[in-house]
Amino acid sequence: MDLDADLEAQIDNWRGYVQRRQAIATADIEELEDHLREQIEELLTTGLDHDEAFLVAIKRLGNLDAVSREFAREHSDRLWKQLVLVPDDADENRARAWRELSVVIGFALGAGLAVKAGLTWSDGDTGLVRNIGLLVFPFLAAYFGWKRRLTLPVPATLIVSFAALAVLLNAYPFATGGSTEMLAALHAPVLLWVLVGIAYVGGRWRSDARRMDFVRFTGELAIYYTLLALGGGVLIGLTVAVLSAVGIDPGPVLADWVLPFTVPGALVVAAWLVEAKQNVVENIAPVLTRVFTPLTIIMLLAVLAVLATAGGLGVVDRDLLILMDAILVLVLSLLLYSISARDSLARPGLADALQLVLVVVALAVDAVMLTAMLARITEFGFSPNKIAALGLNLLLLVHLARAAWLTIGFLRGRRQFVSLERWQTRYLPIYAVWALIVVAVFPLAFGFA
Amino acid sequence: MRIEKDLVAAAATPLVLGILMDGDLYGYAILKRVGELSGGSMQWTDGMLYPLLHRLERLGYVTSLWGTSDAGRRRKHYAITDLGREQLAERQEQWTVVADALRQVWQAAPRPSTVTEGWA
Repeated sequence: MDLDADLEAQIDNWRGYVQRRQAIATADIEELEDHLREQIEELLTTGLDHDEAFLVAIKRLGNLDAVSREFAREHSDRLWKQLVLVPDDADENRARAWRELSVVIGFALGAGLAVKAGLTWSDGDTGLVRNIGLLVFPFLAAYFGWKRRLTLPVPATLIVSFAALAVLLNAYPFATGGSTEMLAALHAPVLLWVLVGIAYVGGRWRSDARRMDFVRFTGELAIYYTLLALGGGVLIGLTVAVLSAVGIDPGPVLADWVLPFTVPGALVVAAWLVEAKQNVVENIAPVLTRVFTPLTIIMLLAVLAVLATAGGLGVVDRDLLILMDAILVLVLSLLLYSISARDSLARPGLADALQLVLVVVALAVDAVMLTAMLARITEFGFSPNKIAALGLNLLLLVHLARAAWLTIGFLRGRRQFVSLERWQTRYLPIYAVWALIVVAVFPLAFGFA
Repeated sequence: MRIEKDLVAAAATPLVLGILMDGDLYGYAILKRVGELSGGSMQWTDGMLYPLLHRLERLGYVTSLWGTSDAGRRRKHYAITDLGREQLAERQEQWTVVADALRQVWQAAPRPSTVTEGWA
């Protein structure tokens, strides 16, 4: 018997309501719905009208909280969200998941083969260091290109960009072991990452929301990659221990075959995991930022105290400037990830104030370092390394200073949170431009030294 | 007369297993059968049947199979297993002992006037 549209709508509502119960799985809902419909049909034959039958049937099914509690008692594991990589329900979903898995393994193998080939041909040359990113990131971009079903202009642009970067990095006559070569090798991954990002956002790189998605993805990827690396490390460590115990040296095989494939391959696999877990498991990066924001404030205050009392700012050198860049990047990531996870409509709270403290302390530390560094540069002159470090420092400084300013406005209720979000996503491309300058212009400007 | 909640809960497992002895059934039909057998006096919240069935399935007393109803909806049928039959036999013995003991107590002592029928 077919129920009328009104009743169907009521059952739909009910289903939506039950779906929010974590302990009640989809199959259980189907079972309960079958029960509900059977009950309604029987009540209708006794002369009740649709509304009455629905109400009685719902009433008989029982208080949803109590039922859900009973389900939770039986299936406590369901309160832990399970990440299903290959679903075992509908054939169509299953086939799609298996297809994706084989594509992922294909690209992971591709990245491994590229790195292995690079290792074989370069024979320990520094050229490999310049090109290592080029051997891996295109496979990641290709995975997203496949996943997002990119249409022709985007993949074409990406391929041309990857090729242009490859030409740039290899056609320049870098002096062996020169600092411009090292700088190019360090900054090229930033450009490659931007290209991966364009593939990730499906070519819609102008959208602020998509850019924020890519920021979230980057943080989650870093965490998943670290987890895979830790797991892989344990596995390799145990294998090496066993093989050594029986007198076999696994060193050569490990260095020549295992690591060249697993290290780049894990990146593609991690990207796939992050894609699969989206919407299923909460992002971990923002949670970690909550934990580390207060700790980082304490660390920065300690650094500031040491710098102020030691008084030996004369000893600051390039390494210290690079360290400062690292600290600012850390503060920036903490800021970015808290912003990426924050509900933009929520009122300002303690977490926002803490964030402001963090940024201000970081700026204070950086100001101290920067004055010392500038004094040193005027004394000893410029070098490519110093300019690169200083340039990045200035970019970070502007980014953080403006973020602090916007946060103050937000805390005082003068600005919307959105303006803070926009500032982050709009500023990010500037880092790519800077990286491009370091890769493409620095070698020319400093004679490939 | 309505049977007390705890008593219904205690009787639920042997009752469901016993009903399944007659053949495979789905949830709604099991509940209907419970109603018929007890003359409507053993009521339990319909929704609670399913966690119970899932528990019995986890313990291996019943197995389940998705089929299709007459109306073409997906429907989960439950069937008793050998382990379930053993369990049922054991429960039957326990209930017989309890029922015997109660009967002897009630035969020895005078009946409270408010009770008009036996509990069975």
